[in-house]
Amino acid sequence: MAITASRGTRAAKSTRVKGQGAINSHSPAHRGDGRLAWVLIAPALVGFLVFFLYPTLRGIYLSFTDFKVLTPPTFTGFDNFVRLFGDQVFWSSLGVTVYFVLLSVVFGMTISLVTAVVLHRLTSNTVVRGIIILPFLISGVVAATTWSWMLDSQLGVVNMLIEQLTGEPIMFLGSRAWAIPSIAMISVWKSMGYNAIIIFAGLQTIPPTIYEAGRIDGANEVQMFRRLTLPLLRPILAMVLVLTVIGSFQVFDIVAVTTKGGPANASNVLQMYIYDKAFGQFDFGYGATMSLALFAMLIIITFLQMRLMRASESDTN
Amino acid sequence: MTTILKPTPRVTTEVLTTPERPKAPRGRTISRFSAGRAVAWLYIAIVLVVTVFPFYWMLRTAFSNNYSLIRDPGSLLPVDFTWGAFARVLGIASQEQSLAEGGSGASIEILHFLLNSVIYATIQTVAIVFFSTIAAYAFARLRWRGRDLMFSVFLAALMVPGILTLLPNFVLVKDLGLLNTFAGMILPTALFSAFNIFFLRQFMLGLSEEIEEAALIDGAGRIRVLFRITLPMTSGPIITLSILGFITAWNDYFWPLLVTSDDSVRPLTLALAVFKQSSPQASPDWAGLMAATLVAALPMLLLFLVFGKRIVNSIGFTGLK
Repeated sequence: MAITASRGTRAAKSTRVKGQGAINSHSPAHRGDGRLAWVLIAPALVGFLVFFLYPTLRGIYLSFTDFKVLTPPTFTGFDNFVRLFGDQVFWSSLGVTVYFVLLSVVFGMTISLVTAVVLHRLTSNTVVRGIIILPFLISGVVAATTWSWMLDSQLGVVNMLIEQLTGEPIMFLGSRAWAIPSIAMISVWKSMGYNAIIIFAGLQTIPPTIYEAGRIDGANEVQMFRRLTLPLLRPILAMVLVLTVIGSFQVFDIVAVTTKGGPANASNVLQMYIYDKAFGQFDFGYGATMSLALFAMLIIITFLQMRLMRASESDTN
Repeated sequence: MTTILKPTPRVTTEVLTTPERPKAPRGRTISRFSAGRAVAWLYIAIVLVVTVFPFYWMLRTAFSNNYSLIRDPGSLLPVDFTWGAFARVLGIASQEQSLAEGGSGASIEILHFLLNSVIYATIQTVAIVFFSTIAAYAFARLRWRGRDLMFSVFLAALMVPGILTLLPNFVLVKDLGLLNTFAGMILPTALFSAFNIFFLRQFMLGLSEEIEEAALIDGAGRIRVLFRITLPMTSGPIITLSILGFITAWNDYFWPLLVTSDDSVRPLTLALAVFKQSSPQASPDWAGLMAATLVAALPMLLLFLVFGKRIVNSIGFTGLK
């Protein structure tokens, strides 16, 4: 990979030094490159302009409008944003979403990290890693349907077990207190293996000699984990963390299948609320405003996480 | 990458000077280590059981008689083994047979939706990987005005989460008259993927240019070089991206939910969710539901059996980029 990087910079440098027009006319190998290049990137460029850039700009514009889909949007300035600040349901779904993200990140990251480290120390057998990846392969809908059966308060196998132990079933998806933790648990179950595999791949890039040196120095497993593994793994962990946070903030399918936001908005996550506003009540302008707000939050959080991770990285060096 | 590989000397010296070090003589280290190993294996065993058990429970429930489930909900084996649930979701069971085995009367034409999913996921995956590959070639090998600027603009797209474009893209697809069509479902994600282009370009930059140059000197055209030389050499990452792309498309729920409203083009994930919601609250057809989830998961499980090792390596590989 180091080779890739050096090649990349070399290529970039050479074009910058010579200037592109000169290369086109002087090197026969690159004659006609310009026209061909535009043909080759044409599909991607069309996709970028039509289905990415235009919708992004239009989304920002729509968030300043009253738009009911069937009639053209009318510009209303900051009305939607004022409404957003006074919208109790919005703030409660933001709270619900943050609660879900925290649970998913804390439990998801911890279990993924521990699993990756333990697997790395025990076995490089792909079968074990293959099995833990299984939940990642199935859709959120399949996972949610299966778990809502297992967590069913009357016939669910999990409650069979709990009743044996405590004598009382838990209303996992039907109670205000348990709805979000249950959804977070399903989400962690589904994504844990995927994250563990990425962390595992990061662990494999750490040269084993470092651990041998640590062992000769008499460090125990816990010390080596804290002093060697964690600092060296930081870039990978930062990436997994950012991906988990961004993904969790946009959770939808598991909620849609298990609780539809209930009971009484207890699991009404932001994406669910946006969907409800836009497609249940056709209030697209306001839906766009909330999307923009969520987008802004994600950008800020991602930026902060990157800063935090980099700051602590320079600490150890 | 380089940051990971770079050994950090101070970390090692910190370990060197750790005061607790002499307390553990060699022999005790080994015995404590193996006790630790036992705990570690136990942990892995628990993780594996929790991972696999829901799949087994799907299977066990799908082969049960839905009426009998109530009688013995904790049984580890199918209760009154029957193929009835599969017959119900495949639409080959009569109304009486369904009701006799505890079916709810709600049905799902699973083969139709399975076909829709295959069409949707296959076309989407082939298109996006192909268009990303040729674009990546233009960025990696050709020299043209505006290349670096265009690449930075594409890269910036990696930072924007999907949420902002979903609603406007729905309006766009609706304005184009593409609601309830495969084109409407596929087009927005079939042309441009910043991640794919970035990933493939990085790989192509690492390939030796010599073979390509030799072919060019021999008089082969650029297009010929791209399809006959560069593309085959890039087959590894192309397969990686295809597998991951297919999994994502197959499991996609939100976008098809927005742009489809009838059964003609709906993929299986969506139909399954509808089937779950139409199941009566009081006594759901759990056996039928689990048979349907199993059918929905089956293509992914087959993909796993064939490409398992490759999928594991692909995920680790993409994570490092």
